[in-house]
Amino acid sequence: MQTPHAPPANSQAPEAGTLRAPPSCAALFTGFLGLGLIGFGGVLPLARHMIVEDKRWLTAEAFAEMLGLCQFLPGGNIINLSVAIGLEFRGVAGAVSALMGLILGPTAVVIGLGVIYDRFRDDPHLQHLFAGLAAAAAGLLVATALKMLLPLRRNLPGLAIVLLCFLAIAVLRLPLLPSMAVLAPLSILAVKWSSR
Amino acid sequence: MSTLLALALIFAELSLLAFGGGNTILPEMQRQVVEVHGWMSAQDFSALFALAQAAPGPNMMVVPLVGWHVAGWGGLLVSSLAKFGPSSLLTGIVLGLWKRFKDRPWRRTIQAGLVPMTVGLVAASAALITEATSTHWLLVGITAATAAAMTLTRVHPLWLLGGGAVAGLLLL
Repeated sequence: MQTPHAPPANSQAPEAGTLRAPPSCAALFTGFLGLGLIGFGGVLPLARHMIVEDKRWLTAEAFAEMLGLCQFLPGGNIINLSVAIGLEFRGVAGAVSALMGLILGPTAVVIGLGVIYDRFRDDPHLQHLFAGLAAAAAGLLVATALKMLLPLRRNLPGLAIVLLCFLAIAVLRLPLLPSMAVLAPLSILAVKWSSR
Repeated sequence: MSTLLALALIFAELSLLAFGGGNTILPEMQRQVVEVHGWMSAQDFSALFALAQAAPGPNMMVVPLVGWHVAGWGGLLVSSLAKFGPSSLLTGIVLGLWKRFKDRPWRRTIQAGLVPMTVGLVAASAALITEATSTHWLLVGITAATAAAMTLTRVHPLWLLGGGAVAGLLLL
């Protein structure tokens, strides 16, 4: 859904609606740099806000379609989205600009935290702090898994795949590639069968 | 050198297997880094994961951190390139074909069909990370309380991470 921005008078490109001019490589870089740095606990809602409502690079429909593609492909949604948007506007240079912008800031923050962790790892206070942080991070992951599991609760074939996958990866510790080679077709068949 | 090569191979493979986002490849990353190569303990891996969760940005930031921890700046560069390069290349290639396949029913079938496997992988990640961090009953309590708060309330996850860190500092 597009927010009701007033369209500019005498718009040069009426078919483009309220879209602005295509971003330059620098604009792609700074746009995604900002996203990477403020996106705590999920970048996606912020990304939509920036791309569709604030900077108006894409229409809501084009954004949804591009996100659909990015979710379908391996890699993080937002990582893929930055590449797709950069590529759309400025080719390979745009893709590199957007991706670099997105990951440079968080990488610097993460390495900074890593330096602190390594330097003070023998300090008991910091050990307890990081142990508590790690336990909370594990809790967030548990919550994510629960929220993803909930929509499948009435889908018995789907739940069977979840269980099989959990056993293979978490209990038996099988390698991912062969596990996925077996589980992906089974998963697709299970969903197809249960939706019949 | 062989360490960098191993990092490149591991993360390039994970890059192309990460259907459903970064959390689905955590178990394999942990298996490679902890069990296969013995670069760090499972506790260290969970600590790095926690640091990456506390940082902003995409939830793949554990990758450069693992690379840096294992092999310094070279490791950081190699693991980031290997993790973000192949999937980005694939995105670029598929972007061109996408409009042709947009309305084909098989695309929807595959997309919806992979959901149960993705959920299983995320659940496996949660179990393995929790197992590694649960070295004290209080930490198990922090994990459970965080999971409950995240599931039942709309509080921002960053508050929960901060709360967990403070609880660890004060109670342990």
